[in-house]
Amino acid sequence: MTATTTRTSRDARTSREPLLQVRDLSVTFRRSGEEPFHAVSGVSFDVQPGQTVGLVGESGCGKSVTSLAIMGLLPKRGNTVTGEAVFEGTDLLKLSPKQMRDRRGRDVAMIFQDPLSSLNPVVPIGRQVTEVMERHQGLSRKEAEPKARELLDKVGIPDPSRRLKEYPHQLSGGMRQRALIAMALACAPRLLIADEPTTALDVTIQAQILTLLKDLVQDSDTALIMITHDLGVVAGLCDEVNVLYGGRIVERADRHDLFARPRHPYTHGLLASIPRLDSARGERLNPVPGSVADNLPWDHACAFAPRCSNAVEACRTTQPELERIEGGVETPRLLRCHNPISEEA
Amino acid sequence: MTPLNRKKERLDGLAASTAAPAAGQAGGVDVMDPVDPVGEAGAVRDAEGVSLLASAWRRLRRNPMFIIGAVLVALFILVAVFAPLLAPHAPDDRPLIGQISASTNPIPKAQDGFPLGGDEKGRDLLSRLIYGSRQTLIVGVLATLGGLAGGVTLGTLAGAFGGWVDSVVMRVVDVLLSLPSILLAITIASLASQPSQWTVIVAIAIVQVPVFARLLRGSMLAQRSSDHVLAARSLGVKRSAIVFRHMLPNSLGPVFVQSTLALSVSIIEAAALSFLGLGNPDDSKAEWGQMLGAAQNLFDLYPHIAFWPAACIVVVSLGFTLMGESMREALDPKSRR
Ligand SMILES: Nc1ncnc2c1ncn2[C@@H]1O[C@H](COP(=O)(O)OP(=O)(O)O)[C@@H](O)[C@H]1O
Ligand code: SF4
Ligand SMILES: [Mg+2]
Repeated sequence: MTATTTRTSRDARTSREPLLQVRDLSVTFRRSGEEPFHAVSGVSFDVQPGQTVGLVGESGCGKSVTSLAIMGLLPKRGNTVTGEAVFEGTDLLKLSPKQMRDRRGRDVAMIFQDPLSSLNPVVPIGRQVTEVMERHQGLSRKEAEPKARELLDKVGIPDPSRRLKEYPHQLSGGMRQRALIAMALACAPRLLIADEPTTALDVTIQAQILTLLKDLVQDSDTALIMITHDLGVVAGLCDEVNVLYGGRIVERADRHDLFARPRHPYTHGLLASIPRLDSARGERLNPVPGSVADNLPWDHACAFAPRCSNAVEACRTTQPELERIEGGVETPRLLRCHNPISEEA
Repeated sequence: MTPLNRKKERLDGLAASTAAPAAGQAGGVDVMDPVDPVGEAGAVRDAEGVSLLASAWRRLRRNPMFIIGAVLVALFILVAVFAPLLAPHAPDDRPLIGQISASTNPIPKAQDGFPLGGDEKGRDLLSRLIYGSRQTLIVGVLATLGGLAGGVTLGTLAGAFGGWVDSVVMRVVDVLLSLPSILLAITIASLASQPSQWTVIVAIAIVQVPVFARLLRGSMLAQRSSDHVLAARSLGVKRSAIVFRHMLPNSLGPVFVQSTLALSVSIIEAAALSFLGLGNPDDSKAEWGQMLGAAQNLFDLYPHIAFWPAACIVVVSLGFTLMGESMREALDPKSRR
C-alpha cells in the first residue's frame, strides 16, 4: 500500500459515519460456585467503513470474546454482555436472535482460526459456499453455483469447478482458509471479523492469506477487524491498532505511531518479541516475561503490574484510566498506564 | 456405580469419542493433486487432512477382531439371502415324519441327506437352521431400524432444541434405560393380544430407542459447540440447516456403530422372546429362538437339537459384537496409537 492511497481513502473515511461503534462493551462469565470472570471490560472502539482495525494481545486477553459478543455468538447461558455495538445505527446487542441471524453473513461476517474444524466435514465446499448465498440473497442453488465458482476463483483457489465438489479434508490448510474467506465474503458484508485467521497455518501460507485478505477488503471497501496475538500481522494490514490486556484496551494508536513509539510497556514487550528478519524464523526475542495468570484485578491495580518492568507504586493500588495522550497524527492516541515508556525510548 | 449410570456413561463416552468428523465421507484419502499451483504442496498432506473415517478404516483392516466379526456377519447374511439354494429341504417339509415314534424315537437321527438329523416334527434340522437365519436377519434388522428411527428422532429433538425439550425427552429416556432391556421387551411383547413376529420386532425396537436417543443427543450436543457449527452460525445459516446439515450428519457416526451392537442385542432378545413363546406361534418358517424353545422337553436326551440353534444365535451375535466393538474402538481417538 502506498502512502498516497492510504491518505485518499482515509480522507474519504473521515467524512463518513463510523460503520461500527463499540461502546463500553463488557462480558462477564458466571459459573456456579466460581467468582464472576470479567473477560472483557469497558472496551470501546470505532471501525470506519473500509478501515482495518487491529485487536492485539496475548492469548486469553479477550479478543475472541469481544468478537463473539459483537456477533451475538456467545453461549446463550452463563454470561452477561453489556454495552453497545452500534452497526450502521443499530445496536447489534439489542437485536433479537432472528434479526441477528439475518445480519450475520450479510452485513457482518467472521472467519476463524482453524480452517479445518471451521468447515463442515461432510458437506462439499461448494455447497457450504452456496448455502450462504441462498440464505441471504434469495438465490436458488442453481443460481448460486456459478457465483460460488467465481468466488473461489477470486480467493485464489485453482480449478474451482473441481474444488466445489470436494470435501474439506481434501483441501490443504491454506485452501481451506481461502474457502472460508470466500464463504464470509459471499454476500459482500460491510464488516469482516477475522479471528487469528493465519495462526493455524504454515508460515509461508500465512503471508499469502494476509495478502489475499488485504487485497479483498481493499477492493470491496470492506471494513476488517483483525484479531491477532502477532504484531507482525498487524504491521502489514491495520490502519489502527487496539492493544488488549486482561480484557481492557491498554493502548490505541495509528499503526505507524504504535510501531515507531509504543508507549505502553506491554505493547513495547510485544513489539520486542516480533521475530526480526535477521533472527531465525519463528524465534521469539524477549517475550513478555510472566503470564496472564499473574494478573492483578483491574479494580484497584494495573493488571499488568506483576509483569511490568516500569511498574511504580501506584500500579498496585490504583487502576490506570484509558486517557488521550499527545501525538497521533490521524488516530487519537489512547493509553492506560501510570508510568509509560518515554517517547524518546 | 449403578447399572444405569454405567449405561449412561458408556453411551455418553461413545458419543463424545466420535463426535469429531465421522460419517458420510465415503472413501476419502486418495485425493490430492500432486500439482499445486499456489505452492502449498508442503501443507497439503497435513495429518488432519486425512479424514477420521479413513484412518479408522486403516486401523480396522488390521484388527483381527474386526475381520472375524465381519466374516461371521458376511457368512450369516449370505446364508440368509441364499437360504432357498443352500437348504436341501423347505423349512416346513417333513421328510422324516415316518421315522418318528413318540416313545422310542422322537427325534430322527443324522443320516444320509440329513447331516444333523430331524426335529420333533420330522423336519430337516439343517434346513431349518439355514432358513432360521432369514427370520433372525429380518427381525434383527427391522427392530434395529425401528429403534434407530425412534432414537434418532428423540435424540435430534433433544440435541437440537436443548432446554426443556431436552430435559423432558431425556427424563423419559433415562426411565426406559433404567429398566433391564429384556424385562422391558418381555413386558411390551406380552402386552400384545396376538403374539407374532411383529410384536417381537416392535418390542425390541422400543427397547433400543432410549439407547440411540441418548447416544445421538450426546453427539449432537458436542456438535452444537463445535467450530464448524459456530462458523455456520457466524454466517447466519438457518437453524434448520444447522441441525440437519451441520449437526445431524456429523453426529451419526457413533449411532451407526451402536447399530451394529444393537443388531447383536436384538438377535439375542428376539430369540429370548420366541423361546418364551412371545414370538410367532406359527413354526412353519423356522426361527432359532423358537427352535430352542421347542427343544426344551427333549433337551435331556437329545441336546443337539438345542445346541445347534443356540450356537447359531451365539455365533451371529458374536459376529456383530466383534464388528461393533472394534469399530467403536477404531473411531475412539483415545484408543489411537
Ligand atoms: N464460554 C466461556 N466461559 C467461560 N470463560 C470463557 C469462555 N470463553 C472465554 N472465556 C475466558 O475469557 C477469556 C478470554 O478468552 P478469549 O477471548 O477466547 O481470549 P483470546 O484473546 O485468546 O481470544 C479467557 O480467560 C477465557 O478463559
Ligand atoms: S500502569 Fe504501571 S504496571 Fe501497568 S503498564 Fe503502566 S507502568 Fe506498568
Ligand atoms: Mg481467541
